[in-house]
Amino acid sequence: MNIKNTSNSYGIVTILLHWLMAVLIVGLFVLGEIMVDLDYYSKWYNAAPWWHKSIGMLILALLFIRLIWVFCNNPPAPLRTYKMWEIQVAKATHSLFYILLIVICFSGYFISTARGASIEIFGWFDIPAFINFSKYQADIAGEIHEVAAYVMAFLFVLHVCATFKHHFIDKDVTLVRILKPVKQQESVK
Amino acid sequence: MKLFCTALLALVFVSTNSVADEYVIDKKGMHASIQFKIAHLGYSWLWGRFNDFDGHFSYDRNNPEASKIEIIINTKSIDSNHAERDKHLRGDEFLDVEKYPQSRFVSTSFTMNEEGAGILKGNFTLHGVTKPIIINVKYIGEGDDPWGGYRVGFEGTTRIALADYGITKNLGPASAELELIFAIEGIRK
Repeated sequence: MNIKNTSNSYGIVTILLHWLMAVLIVGLFVLGEIMVDLDYYSKWYNAAPWWHKSIGMLILALLFIRLIWVFCNNPPAPLRTYKMWEIQVAKATHSLFYILLIVICFSGYFISTARGASIEIFGWFDIPAFINFSKYQADIAGEIHEVAAYVMAFLFVLHVCATFKHHFIDKDVTLVRILKPVKQQESVK
Repeated sequence: MKLFCTALLALVFVSTNSVADEYVIDKKGMHASIQFKIAHLGYSWLWGRFNDFDGHFSYDRNNPEASKIEIIINTKSIDSNHAERDKHLRGDEFLDVEKYPQSRFVSTSFTMNEEGAGILKGNFTLHGVTKPIIINVKYIGEGDDPWGGYRVGFEGTTRIALADYGITKNLGPASAELELIFAIEGIRK
């Protein structure tokens, strides 16, 4: 089992980072959607944003690790069956995911820290506020946070649809490659 | 002779109809504030204020009934010293400041007794709804200031029900009403 990516397979680190982040991001999107409509007397009124912030900052940390990993590791070569435009759209989608994640994480951070309050991370430690750029920072950051999250949700749907298209219509190893490291002979198609 | 008569008439007119002095609220020196307090769960008071407002009034100590006041509040300037709550308060569940950027009080009548306790009636606009309210006024003092001006100050308190102004978000039974506290210092024009 390879740790790093090879020319035809994702390594275990890439695969674990992908799925861990996928679960956290989808979960956080759903939590965010529910959280903003909670009744004031809901049991989760204070707990939901607390988890949302902690997990959000965890995602930012994972993203940082992932970006380093991406720069140190070439992804496996595109399958020979991929069309040029597919490769380009996929690359653009992946880059946009990273950009949106950065925007979403930072804008979220800027909402909570707008008045100088720090963010508590799982009760382990606090991340302090370090920038205040506007009197209405929380509102501006909030708008950006929401719009970027919806753009990413749209991108997520596109990403999943593309995966299913490759798996069920093209019947190639696109989905399988990110589920587990593939052996040499399996990858040739 | 004709000119003399006119002048005399004008003099009589001015002296018998004592015109109340015009004052502008000392916003520049911020010797004024508009604060509110609302019960939190019925266990404590949550205080907040509007940082940006403007206003002017007329006042004559010998004829308080002739007094008038108008106050305009920039609702976007709400400040409860908590970024996320302020964002929430500015949002459409509460003040909806994008749609209703201004709140306003315009007096309709004023009476004051010898001890300086007054009743100020007028129309209060909040969240696009205008309702008559009664403000209990306490005269604080007046006189020359050390910089060549003349000042007078009042404090006014009133209670309003949020639902009366179309703000229906449920904050619990103890928090259906809030108290508004106006601290006003005017500089004579």
